[in-house]
Amino acid sequence: MEEKLLEIRDLHVEYITDDARVFAVNGLDLDVKKGETLGLVGETGAGKTTTALSILRLLPERVGRITRGTIRLGERDIIKASEGDMLQIRGEVVSMIFQDPMTSLNPVHTVGDQVAEVLDLHKKYKTREAVEARVDEILRLVGLSAERKKEYPHQFSGGMKQRIVIAIALACEPQLLLADEPTTALDVTIQAQVLSMMKELKEKLDTAMILITHDLGVVAETCDRVAVMYAGEIIESGSVEQIFDGGENHHPYTLGLFGSLPDLTHKTRRLNPIEGLMPDPTDLPGGCRFHTRCPKCMEICRSEKPGAIIGDGHMLKCHFLESRLPGFSKLSAESVTYK
Amino acid sequence: MNTPLIQTQDLKKYFRTPGGLLHAVDGVNFAVEKGKTLGVVGESGCGKSTLGRLVIRLLEATEGKVLYNGENILSYSDEKMLEMRKKMQIIFQDPYASLNPRMTVSEIIAEPVKVCRTLTKPDDILEKVYELMETVGLADRFVNTYPHELDGGRRQRIGIARALALDPEFIVCDEPVSALDVSIQAQVLNLLMDLQEERGLTYMFITHNLSVVKHISSGIVVMYLGQCVESALSDELFDDPKHPYTNALLSAIPVPNLSRRNKRREVIRGEVTSPINPKPGCRFAVRCPYAKPECTAEDIPLKEISKGHFVSCVLY
Repeated sequence: MEEKLLEIRDLHVEYITDDARVFAVNGLDLDVKKGETLGLVGETGAGKTTTALSILRLLPERVGRITRGTIRLGERDIIKASEGDMLQIRGEVVSMIFQDPMTSLNPVHTVGDQVAEVLDLHKKYKTREAVEARVDEILRLVGLSAERKKEYPHQFSGGMKQRIVIAIALACEPQLLLADEPTTALDVTIQAQVLSMMKELKEKLDTAMILITHDLGVVAETCDRVAVMYAGEIIESGSVEQIFDGGENHHPYTLGLFGSLPDLTHKTRRLNPIEGLMPDPTDLPGGCRFHTRCPKCMEICRSEKPGAIIGDGHMLKCHFLESRLPGFSKLSAESVTYK
Repeated sequence: MNTPLIQTQDLKKYFRTPGGLLHAVDGVNFAVEKGKTLGVVGESGCGKSTLGRLVIRLLEATEGKVLYNGENILSYSDEKMLEMRKKMQIIFQDPYASLNPRMTVSEIIAEPVKVCRTLTKPDDILEKVYELMETVGLADRFVNTYPHELDGGRRQRIGIARALALDPEFIVCDEPVSALDVSIQAQVLNLLMDLQEERGLTYMFITHNLSVVKHISSGIVVMYLGQCVESALSDELFDDPKHPYTNALLSAIPVPNLSRRNKRREVIRGEVTSPINPKPGCRFAVRCPYAKPECTAEDIPLKEISKGHFVSCVLY
């Protein structure tokens, strides 16, 4: 089996606000192998970004809290790591690309300085020239000319800025890259450029990536595995072939996501959206979190949380499918725990 | 052929900027028949929102005509325009920014009615508000809430109810679903299509999302830097795109199935050039894989290559 890079088990994250406790992540299990791309899919409020921030331990101080669970990155235990260790891990082992390239760059520093900052923090280059040479190299890698490193972020277009953000994230060749909706703010033709560049770089540097997105099209074109998230949990995961097989053996929420998309190849009169709204994370429904919107809802769904069933690496959490999928077996507690 | 409900003739809008004249919309012609939907697609900065605003005179055009039932509304007086506005409404992109945070849902929906005085008795107005809320699928209990208490999908429904308040014939939908999650997006698209069927509405649907535009439109205009580069019936444009830019746009959309995986896509180079003082000739030429010297020699007119299918490209 390929080597596991990241292992998250039973992660719970809460945000505490003045008048409520927000249950953002509720028992999340997630694995990422070395070099693979995992697509983390879900709608606003599903807890995708919170998961990524937990891996970096960047949850807002005093408000966000990891209440339970383990996060292992290689040999390291992220939850127990000291702040000093985290400073070393961030940027060097894991780095993150944020959604909005306009706000994630510092407007008063040149882009060259911003790339050099990561190198200064993590790599012990002896001379200024060595740092500058590396900056030039990285900028060329993301398709920018090195002469532009003396310019400021506002002098670049959105797509260019996102390339700079990617350059900063990859400067120290991290093992894991967290990309939070990296192309959502970009136009389609620019999105295509950035995605194909990210794909190439990932292969070249052998970096694993968690690609957070709500765009199933982007997932189909770039990811090896897919995890679908709903109300702070992974409700279905599997290889991209398993999730996009077009069959019926999927979680009703996954089917709903596909049904909501207008299809370019078939003409349909009406879309089949999922009824209702995402549940309020301060007051989550009991049983299966999706039962309030589920067309296949049964009695048991209201009271009992579905356990995970797994068949050939394809994981599902659904009472309705439990008895209907012969090749699947219940995931036992032992096989989940980290060894 | 019927006279189109709304039609533009060589519509132009230039903005004065310190760097020169910004050609936001540069000579666009289109026509929409009653009850149909015209999709306008293009990337940021191509002038699609400006075009939407010109058509209903939220911006004054620099040149050209907007014909509504054959009459040029750009020559109307303010008074006459106010009458006209009852027939043409707009739904804005951002349901967070387009609703006044200090007004309740009922005040927002009732405002157009109060401004145009189509109803005057408070009871009648309230009744109308309830009726509209039912039409767009908002529960009665939200009538006295403020926009910040509601989620994006519900807010967009308020925007739609407000646009319907005067029983318009024509609605400009400026990216009405791009700020919404996919499952909510599908609900709102279904609502817009149902309303069109019930009320015979005519839409101008502005978006950058090509799969949405194919789903909802009968005809499509593809814009690039203020100009229309191709226009055709929806199915024809998707089955047989002619302009290299349309092709590039179509191949850039990520498709949610695996058929295109591992195939190398044609990714077009470069980025949109500046719309300030553009050079003559095809504006896409610098990024175009088929560019020839004649592309930049002079402006390329829109040519009808088959019935209803217009392209501006030297290849045709």
